[in-house]
Amino acid sequence: MYLKDYSGRKYVIIGMFILMGILFLLRLFYLQIIDNSYKLSADNIVLRNIREYPPRGCVYDRSNNLLIYNEAAYDIMVIPRQVKKLDTLAFCRLLGIDTSVFIAQLKKAKRYSYYKPSVFLKQVSKQDMGKIEEKLFMYDGFYSQTRTLRHYTHPIAGHLFGNIGEVGQSDMEHDPFYKAGDYIGKSGIERYYEKFLRGKSGLTVVEVDVHNRVKGSYMEGKFDTLAVPGKDLVLTIDLNLQEYGEQLMQNKKGSVVAIDPKTGEILALISSPAYDPNLLVGRERTKNYNLLLNDSILPLMNRATMGTYPPGSTFKMVNALVALQENAITQNTYFSCQGKRTSPIKCTHDHVSPLKLDMAIQQSCNSYFWNTFNAILNNHKFRDVHKGYESWYRDVVSFGFGHGFKTDIPYEVGGNIPSKDYYDKAYNGRWNAMTVRSLSIGQGEILVTPIQLANLGVIIANKGSFYPPHFLKKLEGSDSLMTVFNKLYRTSVASLHFDIVQESMLEVFDGDHGTARYYRLDSIRQCGKTGTVQNPHGDDHSLFIAFAPMENPQIALAVVVENAGYGSTWAAPIASLMIEKFLKGGTKRLELEKKIMEVNLLDPNRSEKRKAQ
Amino acid sequence: MRNREYIFGNIDWLTVTLYLLLVLMGWLSIFTASAGEDIAGIFDFSERYGKQFIWIILAIILAIMILIVEAKFFSAFSFWIYGFLIVILIGVLFFGSMVAGSKSWFKIANFAIQPAEFAKFATALALARYLSTLNIDISQLKTKLYTLGILFFPAALILLQNDTGSALVYFAFALVLFREGFSGMIIVIGIVMGVLFVLTLLLGEYWVIAGLSAIGLLTFLLKKKWRKQFKLLLGIVIMASTFVFSVHYSFENVLEPHQKKRINVLLGIEQDLQGAGYNVNQSKIAIGSGGLTGKGFRNGMLTRNHFVPEQSTDFIFCTVGEEWGFFGTSVVVLTFLALLIRLVHMAERQRSRFSRIYGYGVASVLFFHIAINIGMTIGLAPVVGIPLPFFSYGGSSLWAFTILLFIFIKQDANRLNVL
Repeated sequence: MYLKDYSGRKYVIIGMFILMGILFLLRLFYLQIIDNSYKLSADNIVLRNIREYPPRGCVYDRSNNLLIYNEAAYDIMVIPRQVKKLDTLAFCRLLGIDTSVFIAQLKKAKRYSYYKPSVFLKQVSKQDMGKIEEKLFMYDGFYSQTRTLRHYTHPIAGHLFGNIGEVGQSDMEHDPFYKAGDYIGKSGIERYYEKFLRGKSGLTVVEVDVHNRVKGSYMEGKFDTLAVPGKDLVLTIDLNLQEYGEQLMQNKKGSVVAIDPKTGEILALISSPAYDPNLLVGRERTKNYNLLLNDSILPLMNRATMGTYPPGSTFKMVNALVALQENAITQNTYFSCQGKRTSPIKCTHDHVSPLKLDMAIQQSCNSYFWNTFNAILNNHKFRDVHKGYESWYRDVVSFGFGHGFKTDIPYEVGGNIPSKDYYDKAYNGRWNAMTVRSLSIGQGEILVTPIQLANLGVIIANKGSFYPPHFLKKLEGSDSLMTVFNKLYRTSVASLHFDIVQESMLEVFDGDHGTARYYRLDSIRQCGKTGTVQNPHGDDHSLFIAFAPMENPQIALAVVVENAGYGSTWAAPIASLMIEKFLKGGTKRLELEKKIMEVNLLDPNRSEKRKAQ
Repeated sequence: MRNREYIFGNIDWLTVTLYLLLVLMGWLSIFTASAGEDIAGIFDFSERYGKQFIWIILAIILAIMILIVEAKFFSAFSFWIYGFLIVILIGVLFFGSMVAGSKSWFKIANFAIQPAEFAKFATALALARYLSTLNIDISQLKTKLYTLGILFFPAALILLQNDTGSALVYFAFALVLFREGFSGMIIVIGIVMGVLFVLTLLLGEYWVIAGLSAIGLLTFLLKKKWRKQFKLLLGIVIMASTFVFSVHYSFENVLEPHQKKRINVLLGIEQDLQGAGYNVNQSKIAIGSGGLTGKGFRNGMLTRNHFVPEQSTDFIFCTVGEEWGFFGTSVVVLTFLALLIRLVHMAERQRSRFSRIYGYGVASVLFFHIAINIGMTIGLAPVVGIPLPFFSYGGSSLWAFTILLFIFIKQDANRLNVL
């Protein structure tokens, strides 16, 4: 039995009960009798939350030309509980929809909630809204809400701008900022800078009567917040150069990337085939998106950042620089070349033999670079081919190959520089320079993206250093990003070795035997290197990297034209025209320009025709 | 053994009257909350008021059955009933259906039952039975652990069903333990922790710790008795400070986002009229617009037009507030208060400890439900999804509370037969 009697504690418990009762009665007295704010005069006034959607930040090019802006659009909202019997046919005619859409949308809204508003019809244009607004009040339970839609001043750069769409379930779970029906950057710049561009939505609480007429602000706007517009973004893109590049690349597959070597700012990023970003806006978005998605030439793929290609002869300069740095060769090292009879790699170019490094770059001599590569791997410094290979690998990676730049470049892939482990696995540890000889001329397992190739142009122009390529020019509050983008990287090759490479690249344009001699310009000293990349799936890819002017480089670029044959035929003239456009504002070589713009390299009969010739 | 043949003898008719009054008021509220313009009659079983009418009839039949059963049945089979409910609670984890994010319902054809509601009376029975064992010594650690175990099992299983609200109800049994002689410190510490939690969220931990240190220092300087207990005093201050530091961690990491939001909204740290604050704000408007006398039966436009979510279940009290005004809400609050005090009075007149403990269990569970449910509709408590006893729509909850209450009424009616 209990030793003590605790029955006195019942008073504590009863005390708690009474305390609760008193608290409740006081609170109810306050809510129901004293506080007037809840005592609404008309007994049928209810509240409605109106979200004020902020205008998304505008986007400008490097010279403050407007690229992306907003235009008003309207969502028709519905509160199912308030919908009264209506003339469905007339209502559908007013909105320009099918009765089946009407039934489906109303059902969807009812499933979500009877008393909370849902979107009934999305993104009605300003023009259509004009006539709808006049009659909308006749339909109980329906009202309109202002939204904004993206518009693009020029039909360019769809890949890098990306697009916006409605938030998905996972976006909302991930970030409570988003509510159903909000827009979010789905890809490209819109996605990367979402937090800056989106702004903050505001909320106005209004009282409405049963006919859904707004009676005024609730509690003098105590709960209202203002919308904060998104921040404006200035990109490094040059509108004119971007547009010109897209014109040059029309009816071709491939990409052009141009970078300012002094800052790493991307001047133009063209992926072809391109699409008009205005297609992915508004109610037609889903339809157009699916059309683009299912197109066999993959217009949605950003070839500049996601396309990977063997670099071919453009990579010979990297091997030359690494060899000079590792003392595997000197500027005066001669190797001989027996043309097509050379082993293990034949040389298809016609030139003197033996030859030095400068001539080897100009003439793109395969034999010379096989010997160079062999010298790097069998460097007596290491006494071991595998050690030599690891050293080569480190040097090559320092050029930005084999990994992404991790800046604001959308969907970039890293490409591939095969590691020693990869070959150990593939060949059970038994391999040597002969086994991996294709790497000497930029073929084999090695894969790079056009943006990495353009960055190679930057590195040579800067004699060994580069800022990571990026799109951000000016954006309020982005200081920490700017610090990351403005970090200078150095390759492991000393700058003195770059002079000979630069001079040889100048000879590619200016020398009597240079592979790009037809695109020489008297007013600009252009440096370049062609590449013709063997492609097991079809015709060779035409590559070119360049920078100009040599004495004070202001633009470096890479051009890739898929299945177009020799680097000198298509990629080189495109690069030269881009350089001229950027430095001089235009070209006098109108015939060349016209020929390039008009050629259709997508024509499936073309390669057949060429073979037949 | 008098009145053996007359089962309704010695019944506490006041309690039964209060019960019937609450059920009736509840049904009227559900009727306005769910009825449209045209009423097909109270037997329209496609509407909630029609269904609730059936649940009420069945609940009364259930009550009569309990009154017919031998009173000793419940004490004798306490542990069996408890064990059975535990098995059902485990079963619902595997075979239950999801409703509104909680896996706490058994669905048989069109009929859904929520075992968590019934677990309350089973737990009260088991607790009463265990603590009324002969020669039990509540000062022993073993006894304390067993007691906590009885409460912990069902609460943990309900928590696993993701029904946090129903699990919290088990804290109510602290009142029973307090009455039975467990240290009152549990309740004091609980209240202090609650106050510190709220203060920390409102003011930040450094201010609260500064305040705690100041109180400690003042106690040390002004109370001679405490000066000798310096270490104890310091220990209390350090423990309290540690708790304060853990508040933000547990708030951020233990609570679900919606639970955090509900607490923030209650404390006024965050205003969110679209999400968590929506229900409460609509509810306050509905109640507040009722004024002194209310808008009259079936005239509450807010509640009738479904502007308060969950208004026939968890937010049923709004309907009373809007249609019957302060008069109506006072009647409801006072009726509940009368029932609670009557239950304590009845519990204290029991000869058997089993009956007394069970009686306190009933009062505590009802108290917790009433305090939280009405508290949330008027913005005094966070939004926790538990029903208002006898009022809210739903068969499981009505039957469970009926069983809970009538087992005690039967025990009370039989009190004179206990030797």
